Amino acid sequence: MSLELLLFLILALIAIASALGMLLSRHAVYAALFLVLNFATVAVFYLLLNAPFIAMAQITVYAGAIMVLFLFVIMLLGTEVLPPSPVLPWQRPLAFLLALGLLAESVYLLFFRQRLTLSLPATIDPFSGPKAIGQALFTGYLLPFEITSILLLVAMVGAILLTRKER
Amino acid sequence: MDYALLIEWTLKSLILLLVLLGGFAYLTLYERKALARIQVRIGPNRAGPWGILQPVADGIKLIFKEEFTPASADKLLFFLAPLITVVPALVIAAVVPWGPPVEIFGRRVTLQVADLNVGVLYVMAIASISVYGIVLAGWASNNKYAMLGGMRSSAQMISYELALGLAFVTAILLADSMQLSEIVAAQRNVWFVVLQPVGAAIFLIATLAEVNRAPFDMPEAEQELTAGYHTEYSGMKFALFFMAEYDKMIVVSALAASLFFGGYWGPGVERFPWLGPVYMAIKVIILLFGMIWVRATLPRIRYDRLMSLGWKVLFPLALAVAFITALGILLEQLWLVPLLSLLAAFLTSLLVTRAIWRKVYA
Repeated sequence: MSLELLLFLILALIAIASALGMLLSRHAVYAALFLVLNFATVAVFYLLLNAPFIAMAQITVYAGAIMVLFLFVIMLLGTEVLPPSPVLPWQRPLAFLLALGLLAESVYLLFFRQRLTLSLPATIDPFSGPKAIGQALFTGYLLPFEITSILLLVAMVGAILLTRKER
Repeated sequence: MDYALLIEWTLKSLILLLVLLGGFAYLTLYERKALARIQVRIGPNRAGPWGILQPVADGIKLIFKEEFTPASADKLLFFLAPLITVVPALVIAAVVPWGPPVEIFGRRVTLQVADLNVGVLYVMAIASISVYGIVLAGWASNNKYAMLGGMRSSAQMISYELALGLAFVTAILLADSMQLSEIVAAQRNVWFVVLQPVGAAIFLIATLAEVNRAPFDMPEAEQELTAGYHTEYSGMKFALFFMAEYDKMIVVSALAASLFFGGYWGPGVERFPWLGPVYMAIKVIILLFGMIWVRATLPRIRYDRLMSLGWKVLFPLALAVAFITALGILLEQLWLVPLLSLLAAFLTSLLVTRAIWRKVYA
């Protein structure tokens, strides 16, 4: 077994365990912290894939900013312990169906991957450097990039508008 | 596997850790001495000649103090919080270059633990993680004052991270790289503080807020929150919070030196590369003195003022400065950059002064 495979297996175990912990924890602060751990593990996955820029962005944005805000709100509202959630009758079968669909799709992708990836644009070869990513973002993917930024701006303005007091 | 490389890395990390730990011990003494001088006192002078054994005495005292855990605290997080605070403060130093590459036993050794190509982003990532320790300490203590301190710190650190990130951007733009070694190498002839004085000033102000130092020491404001997030901590756990704060001070000063004050460059470094760490140490000590000086001089800012300063003054100014830097580089007129940024800073301070005056005399 190569070192990379071993690292991957350990990381995958941590990722799945932390995701499960987040779902099953009845304590909101612990659930949030499990999610932070999960984000950190995903960042290490990116490092394994030779993409340090995305790994660091993942930690800065998700673990560093968004989850701190989550924790802030949880602590501010004092809703640390969740009440037992009501069971919706249609939830379980729907979850089962959706999970089955996801499994089928991933199996299909795994076995017929060659044919599918041919249509995708090739990634930039040294995907690691920030320069390569900047170049890709501002040339090949300029339109999606701009649309995303406008979307975020609209969300921000919307949040400000929703919390504004009527005068 | 190259064993020499492995030994080199281990030694470099070990030396860095020892420097940070020793630096922490003696920074406390330096701060107490400097504060005493500014306040016309003598300062600690009983333990050893000139009080140089004071940190040892403090350490022994803290080790033998009773470790106390509140009965209704969250035991696991209460135990983990000091560790989560200390580890980021230490590992952030890994990307700081301490000197130019030198020859040791015929090997070319870079005086830097890890030269990442996303070095600046790494600093941002680790800095954003270090909020957790303080927030969790405040929450896990199950104490209202500690909780308020933790909440304040999370709001404060997130707010000032934006201005800090944009100050990083100015240095990245000027050096055309995110790699700290290249940013320092680009300052061989001109320090970035000359090209972008406003960016450097924003960086210094924002880092004061990031390391929770006076006048931004809201999370532990003694008069209102007893001791803020570490109210319930005692003994070595308390010492760990202290260590994190002082190590962060050292690291942040080293980062400021490498991003804006020419890093290890100084007269004669090209001929004698070992002068590099010496210059670096001198710059770090000067910047540390600046932080202590600020603490001795300025009173603590009120909490809402702190947030307005971060969001309404520093953040827009940092955005303008980043834009100006990019503009100067695009037009290839670098002399425009300091001129326009100083103008922007002047306009901002004029507006702020007017706003304050209007409030005072309204």
